[in-house]
Amino acid sequence: MQLSREALLRAYRQMKLIREFEERLHVDIQTGEIAGFTHLYCGQEAVAVGVCEHLSVEDKIVSTHRGHGHCLAKGCDVDGMMAEIWGSREGLCKGKGGSMHIADFDQGMLGANGIVGAGAPIAVGAGIACKIDGKGHVAITFSGDGACNQGTTFEAMNMAVVTKASCIFVFENNHYSEHTGFDYAVGTQLDIASRAEAFGMKVWRGDGTDFFSVFETMREVLDYVRVPGNGPAAVEFDTERFFGHFEGDPQRYRGPGELDRIRETRDCIKKFRASVTGAGLLSHEDIDAVDAEVLAAIENATAKAKAAARPTAEDVLTDVYISY
Amino acid sequence: MAKMMYRDAVVSTIAEEMARDPNVVVLGEDVVGGMGTPGGPEAIGGIWSTSTGLFGKFGADRVIDTPISESAIIGAAAGLALSGKRPVAELMFADFIGVSLDQIWNQLAKFRYMFGGKTRCPAVIRMAYGAGYNAAAQHSQAVHQILTGMPGLKVVMPTTPADVKGLLRTAIRDDDPVIFLEHKALYGVSGEVPDDPDFMIPFGHARLSRAGQDVTIVSTGLLLGFCEAVADRLAAEGIGCDVIDLRTTSPLDEEAILDSVEVTGRLIVVDEAPPRCSLASDICALVSEKAFASLKAPPLGVNPPHTPIPFARELETAYLPSIDKIEAAVRKVLSYR
Repeated sequence: MQLSREALLRAYRQMKLIREFEERLHVDIQTGEIAGFTHLYCGQEAVAVGVCEHLSVEDKIVSTHRGHGHCLAKGCDVDGMMAEIWGSREGLCKGKGGSMHIADFDQGMLGANGIVGAGAPIAVGAGIACKIDGKGHVAITFSGDGACNQGTTFEAMNMAVVTKASCIFVFENNHYSEHTGFDYAVGTQLDIASRAEAFGMKVWRGDGTDFFSVFETMREVLDYVRVPGNGPAAVEFDTERFFGHFEGDPQRYRGPGELDRIRETRDCIKKFRASVTGAGLLSHEDIDAVDAEVLAAIENATAKAKAAARPTAEDVLTDVYISY
Repeated sequence: MAKMMYRDAVVSTIAEEMARDPNVVVLGEDVVGGMGTPGGPEAIGGIWSTSTGLFGKFGADRVIDTPISESAIIGAAAGLALSGKRPVAELMFADFIGVSLDQIWNQLAKFRYMFGGKTRCPAVIRMAYGAGYNAAAQHSQAVHQILTGMPGLKVVMPTTPADVKGLLRTAIRDDDPVIFLEHKALYGVSGEVPDDPDFMIPFGHARLSRAGQDVTIVSTGLLLGFCEAVADRLAAEGIGCDVIDLRTTSPLDEEAILDSVEVTGRLIVVDEAPPRCSLASDICALVSEKAFASLKAPPLGVNPPHTPIPFARELETAYLPSIDKIEAAVRKVLSYR
């Protein structure tokens, strides 16, 4: 199905926003001003955006430690996100969450998660709630090729099938679980989706470096899961991450020239531009204009985050029940 | 007032709250019991009979029988709670927190704080705990000392059927995650329970079950009855004990403990978990810090030893605090100096 010009521009802007958000973080982290651990999503944007462009705020997602892309794609405010990562009181979670713990319930974003594999069972619960409510909404959990090896993911897949939860397991296979290769760590050598199939789910596969592949695949997946009674489904997208497992990762596990090669041949943003300009759907000028607007938005978000109010010691004691 | 068993107070309270609020859902292993068998749904109705009849009344959407997947049970409860439901999840045995601890500790307990107060997490996790059935090391443990140490959780340990009713209702209506610990040796105990459909007991309010001037005995759960027996025995000798049933370990009713110790000057804490970093050591430290001037003797914990729970009847009996051990502890603090 051909997307409208507006839809194409929006999808591109979302991918570019994630890209530039993270490219900027990658630079700013080097200065030491940003605290903690940061895991960048760069390279995988087509997956988050290709999935979330189908969703309403009533649909829920559960994300991972590599969650910035999912958050932005689901509609989290870019200024609030940047402020959170900078540890500001004005961040989406008041500086209490940080990069790995961003949530925005108004957007149906039920939380990034610092524990690999922890999100899948939570999404099953959200998917059961969608099923009970019977309005055709869904809950989606994003998992990598690392999380696919956690027992929680296995439990969640079986539980989703047994309870017919309106739940979708999106596996983003970026070929590295932390610093270990997919070929070594995933026993089902060919793929992850076959595991979901073995649990009794209908599965799909797509190219996670191609927005249109993700978007069209997800249309089919969602058409299926939104039908009450069909239960869960799973989809695997083959993708690439352009940075290390975490910022500061020396990435000695990469092959010679690997990063240059994947940036050259597997960049979803380059591929999108080539595809839409080649087909005459958007012009280079259209896309350049989005690029400029996004860069300005990131510059603005960064400036605001740096200037934003810092949390105080009193804030330690709020938003929790304290016994003594 | 109606007389009912502890287990019936559990199931009747859940049923009343499910009837009152359509967002309350129940999930857990065999909470329906018999799914996928020739016997059919409710062939069992939960191994503790704490969910009997719920499936028939409320249906499969709201009474969800799960596979043996404790992480997924607690995780699903978390996801339900974040999606506007009020899940009441059951872990068949409290010992099974071991296979689901991440979802309790890193997920449920932390959402509200970690996400800057943007959400609440109204989930109740019920679990059967405690010794007395010779169920040995992996099916007999008291786990409150682990869970009480986790910020973000409320931990409830009812002793009587009335307290089950009032505290479970409070738990289900509470907007934070609540761990509801049911002592398996108390399920068959009967007691008077108020009929009021809104009868609630607020968390953090201990109950004074015996009153006396000489010693304060703090406990909850199965061992509270042992403490009452000691108090009754000593009353015949003219020794008066305040017996305080904590009801909840988080929040903790500090005031009730401190007020009592200010009068008696002597404290015994009787705890079903091992001694290190325990409820007993915690409350003894609290009293030492906050009521030091009132103390006439060092505060004393009565715990099982620092061992796993043994199987054989003789061994389990020797392991648990007993009426005699509690009495000996009381006499020890009374005879200090």
